[in-house]
Amino acid sequence: MNLSCPIPKLDFDTINLGHGSGGTLTSQLLDKGVFKLFENDLLNKKHDGAIFNLNGKVAMSTDSYVVSPIFFEGGNIGDLAVNGTVNDLAMCGAKAKYLSLAFVLEEGLQMTEFWEILLSIKAASEIADVLIITGDTKVVERGKGDKIFINTTGIGEVHAKANIDIINIKAGDKIILSGPLAAHGITIMSHRQGLQFETTIKSDTRALNNIILQLLDEFGEDVHLLRDPTRGGLATVLNEIAQDAKVGINIAQKNITVEDEVAGACEMLGLDPLYVANEGLFVAVVDANIADKLLQQLKQWEHGTMANIIGEVSAEHVKQVLMKSNIGGRRVVNMLAGEQLPRIC
Amino acid sequence: MKYLSEYRSPEIVDALLKQINTTVKGNWNIMEVCGGQTHSLVKNGLLNMLPHNIQMIHGPGCPVCVTPVNLIDKAVYLAMNHNVILCSFGDMIRVPGSEMSLLEAKAKGADIRILYSPLEAVKIAKENPQREVVFFAVGFETTAPANALSVIHAHREGVKNYSILTSHVLVPPAMEAIMNDEECNVHGFLGAGHVCTIMGMNEYYPIVEKHKVPIVITGFEPVDLLEGILMVVKQLEQKEYKLENQYTRVVEHDGNKNAINVIDTIFEVTNREWRGIGEIPFSGYQVKNDYSTYDANKKFNINIAEVHEDPTCLSGDVMKGKIKPYQCPNFVSKCTPVKPLGAPMVSSEGACAAYYHYNMATAVNE
Repeated sequence: MNLSCPIPKLDFDTINLGHGSGGTLTSQLLDKGVFKLFENDLLNKKHDGAIFNLNGKVAMSTDSYVVSPIFFEGGNIGDLAVNGTVNDLAMCGAKAKYLSLAFVLEEGLQMTEFWEILLSIKAASEIADVLIITGDTKVVERGKGDKIFINTTGIGEVHAKANIDIINIKAGDKIILSGPLAAHGITIMSHRQGLQFETTIKSDTRALNNIILQLLDEFGEDVHLLRDPTRGGLATVLNEIAQDAKVGINIAQKNITVEDEVAGACEMLGLDPLYVANEGLFVAVVDANIADKLLQQLKQWEHGTMANIIGEVSAEHVKQVLMKSNIGGRRVVNMLAGEQLPRIC
Repeated sequence: MKYLSEYRSPEIVDALLKQINTTVKGNWNIMEVCGGQTHSLVKNGLLNMLPHNIQMIHGPGCPVCVTPVNLIDKAVYLAMNHNVILCSFGDMIRVPGSEMSLLEAKAKGADIRILYSPLEAVKIAKENPQREVVFFAVGFETTAPANALSVIHAHREGVKNYSILTSHVLVPPAMEAIMNDEECNVHGFLGAGHVCTIMGMNEYYPIVEKHKVPIVITGFEPVDLLEGILMVVKQLEQKEYKLENQYTRVVEHDGNKNAINVIDTIFEVTNREWRGIGEIPFSGYQVKNDYSTYDANKKFNINIAEVHEDPTCLSGDVMKGKIKPYQCPNFVSKCTPVKPLGAPMVSSEGACAAYYHYNMATAVNE
């Protein structure tokens, strides 16, 4: 992250209601801050919206980011807001091209914190090669927000060879997981009130579009479905696939990597890593014929060294996900009822 | 992970299963007392790896499940008081009360914090001197020392705005109640490893003698559970009944004396109502009179009506081992973790939720 870019002089140390009034303070914040930082031809017009051309099939996705704490090891709400939407588009087989960026700021947010988030957004958008072309800033009274909420909407062009569709899934397809589970969720949990354990675990937030595009270049239609196991984790994504595609899914615990420190934290907190959120992983359902080759290519990627084939699609036990445990037992992996709650003892 | 992976080794599991298979001759019902053991059995898929003539019965050792609905109502009542910050362990907050759960109370504006340690609640009390902080102190003997310690800390540091709403329950009286039930079909027990880590083994000798029933104090990993089951089966096949300790790497014969002292300082034994089971004599802890200013039951005037369980919920029969969760007519059809009728469907340690989450396929096959 480039932190050398100094905070502009804005006369106030904290965000106040005036910054959302649409008046002088708003334009000061936007002109000296947002517009200058993200400048590009479309944004520079400062129009009510951006006007542009796109080619071929287009994908669109939106997401709101409300994470607390807003800063955590490995990133902050800013990276997350860019990477999350870029990744949702990548899961459609699309390369994110443009993003909208909307803030709901709580009165009292430190200007230095806001600036650091803006810098992270800039850095993340540069890595993902996406332009921020329109946006919005609102300020709510103290107590009516949680420091900062961000919404991003992304538009991207779908890769010419991509045909990502749940109807392409068939029995025998292999399921590939791109890396080790649960780092993001555990990072956030370890920050929450009352948890005082020191770890070196950090969030896996990162853009997945470049690796996805590479894989689509090579394997095109043989990639049947892509999903990122964010909220609800791997278990939720697999259950959604099983239900929507009306297939069964078999996975093997021994092929699913959870790094030691993350696994230890999960044990301590009483959480099942299968249900913990990730921000830099994807699940690919691919044709069995190319699964090994795709895995080899994925392993060349710097974040893909721990990728693995974790299971396959089955015509049996439709709409259910079954897992073979490390010791050879079999269990159903269900949807989570609500938020995963830590156990008493 | 050292000290963990070896207890999850597929090779050792295989060897133990072979030994169990060659040892077992009769049909045996073995109750694992603790919810953590139930959780591990189903999570690891162990239930359908055991020979068919060994039936595991899932005991009442899930603190969330046996906490009476009245107490949850009390917690909700306190939480809805705007001056109270109610602190709780995580899986307590979704348990249905007669009107609402703590989670629903939170949505209605109650200040409810999920904590991992009651000592955190004392810290919150110090940071919020103008408000009352109540810790919902549930659990078996395992959580009692930490809860008691929070009172000791608050007392020592002069924190006056801290109290605990206690519903501690004790394992040995519950085992005794199960054995005294005329319909009891339990032939042997896996004793609760973590409870014995605190309390030691002494309380269990009288149960073994009186009911001529094998008890093996057992841990929670797959290898622990299978070794415990093997030890119980060996006794049953040889018509023996002894108290044994499988979990020797953690449980000492006389328990943890410091922890017991802390418990004895703050708590005294009392009769206790168990959700789904009824009142069991001398089966719980309450705060001693010397520390009554830390007892939320006495500190606050809690005015709520007595309520009764949903009569269609068969959780009591499940916890006594009379039926399996899937034999309840409401299982999945009317009772799910999203809309639970009774507490065993809420906690991940509850037998019903465990079957729901991990084992529906087995339930159908069995």
